[in-house]
Amino acid sequence: MLENYLPILIFILVGILVGVGSLGLGYLLGPRRPDQEKDSPYECGFEAFENARLKFDVRYYLVAILFILFDLEIAFLFPWAVVLDDLGVFAFWSMVIFLGILVVGFIYEWKKGALEWE
Amino acid sequence: MIELWNSLPVVMQILLKITAILVPLLLLVAYYTYAERKVIGYIQIRIGPNRVGWRGWLQPIADALKLLFKEVVIPSKADKALYLMAPVITIGPAMAAWAVIPFDAGLVLSDINAGLLYVLALTSLGVYGIIIAGWASNSKYALLGAMRSAAQIVAYEIAMGFALVGVLVAAGSLNLGAIVEAQAGSVFTWFWLPLLPLFGVYLISGVAETNRAPFDVAEGESEIVAGFHVEYSGMAFAVFFLAEYANMILISALNALLFMGGWLSPLPQSWVAGVPLLDDGFHWFALKTGFFMFLFLWLRATFPRYRYDQIMRLGWKVFIPITIVWILVVALAVVYRLPPWWSA
Repeated sequence: MLENYLPILIFILVGILVGVGSLGLGYLLGPRRPDQEKDSPYECGFEAFENARLKFDVRYYLVAILFILFDLEIAFLFPWAVVLDDLGVFAFWSMVIFLGILVVGFIYEWKKGALEWE
Repeated sequence: MIELWNSLPVVMQILLKITAILVPLLLLVAYYTYAERKVIGYIQIRIGPNRVGWRGWLQPIADALKLLFKEVVIPSKADKALYLMAPVITIGPAMAAWAVIPFDAGLVLSDINAGLLYVLALTSLGVYGIIIAGWASNSKYALLGAMRSAAQIVAYEIAMGFALVGVLVAAGSLNLGAIVEAQAGSVFTWFWLPLLPLFGVYLISGVAETNRAPFDVAEGESEIVAGFHVEYSGMAFAVFFLAEYANMILISALNALLFMGGWLSPLPQSWVAGVPLLDDGFHWFALKTGFFMFLFLWLRATFPRYRYDQIMRLGWKVFIPITIVWILVVALAVVYRLPPWWSA
């Protein structure tokens, strides 16, 4: 079984090599004429105002946190889904309870407005 | 011939097989960009590229050569190591995910049990490349584009993950080959019909995952220029471009495998068994994948861009409830062996 994963390891290395190789080729074949204006951050032709490391909206953090919660649910659901046919009715009702609790939380965050983007 | 093949070291065999997947894939990416410009051209009653070579057939080659000889500008304020790492992190998984895609019955590089999990893991890695690129560029547009793109990708990844759980429940396996075999029967036992809502969610989430129109606010050129890759030029940009198109082809292939029966023939087995071209085979898989690839272009030419709050609303408030309900419906049908699909 494990030898099936060798091609995957090699494929990942080849994939990285494709990226590094094309960047390397571009670096070798392309010109390099650095100049102060060209290397400054793009800002519609203006001199860049202040630092680009802006403060950004807290809603992005909220999305990230919600994502972790739900992605965890998916991680739980995956093994359950594969063996559901073998475990039968018991596994089904266990997951109904589990998803029920998840849905209560989902309704709560919906009502709290955590899903609004206004 | 077979003796020569067997006498090669195992690593060499694997490398040759990988080449046999990657070279057609890269060519397909190149001509997919050409097809995109042609198809959208004709939809908008234009001709599209027609200058380089016969009817513009050499256009993608010319584009690749041009990008190859352009300067890779590294902004002076950028974090150089991360800036150069981001394209590599984006393209690596986009290529490596093809290791477990079955092209025909048994025709797969690595026939692992955790195939679908592996694909899900690798497609999730794409978001790192985008965040790193946006942050390392030290440009406002790039940072804003990266934040938007990341939030959108993770929101739709949940809907996508739930849709995949539905497929797993129906197929009872993570192996992509076994998932296709589980759909055998007729067009109506392919998962698109019993899992119709999940199919719809997966199809649309796939477009959102790859940041394609109408979900392309991440690089909405009218507001934030090009989004996370605004500072990238030459080959560094080309690598992002390559990864985006490779991902679109991957999502199309997954749509074909998970919901449209992969290499299975749409005609009843009793009619077509043994008949060349009508029987199951790679050409059916290619045809279905090609259809979904065309759909990506068609959508881009047809729909105006979504607003960001609309995108988030669709992902969280529409898709997630649909998928949760349908997972339970499918699980109920599987456990209690409900007709018409799970009565056996």
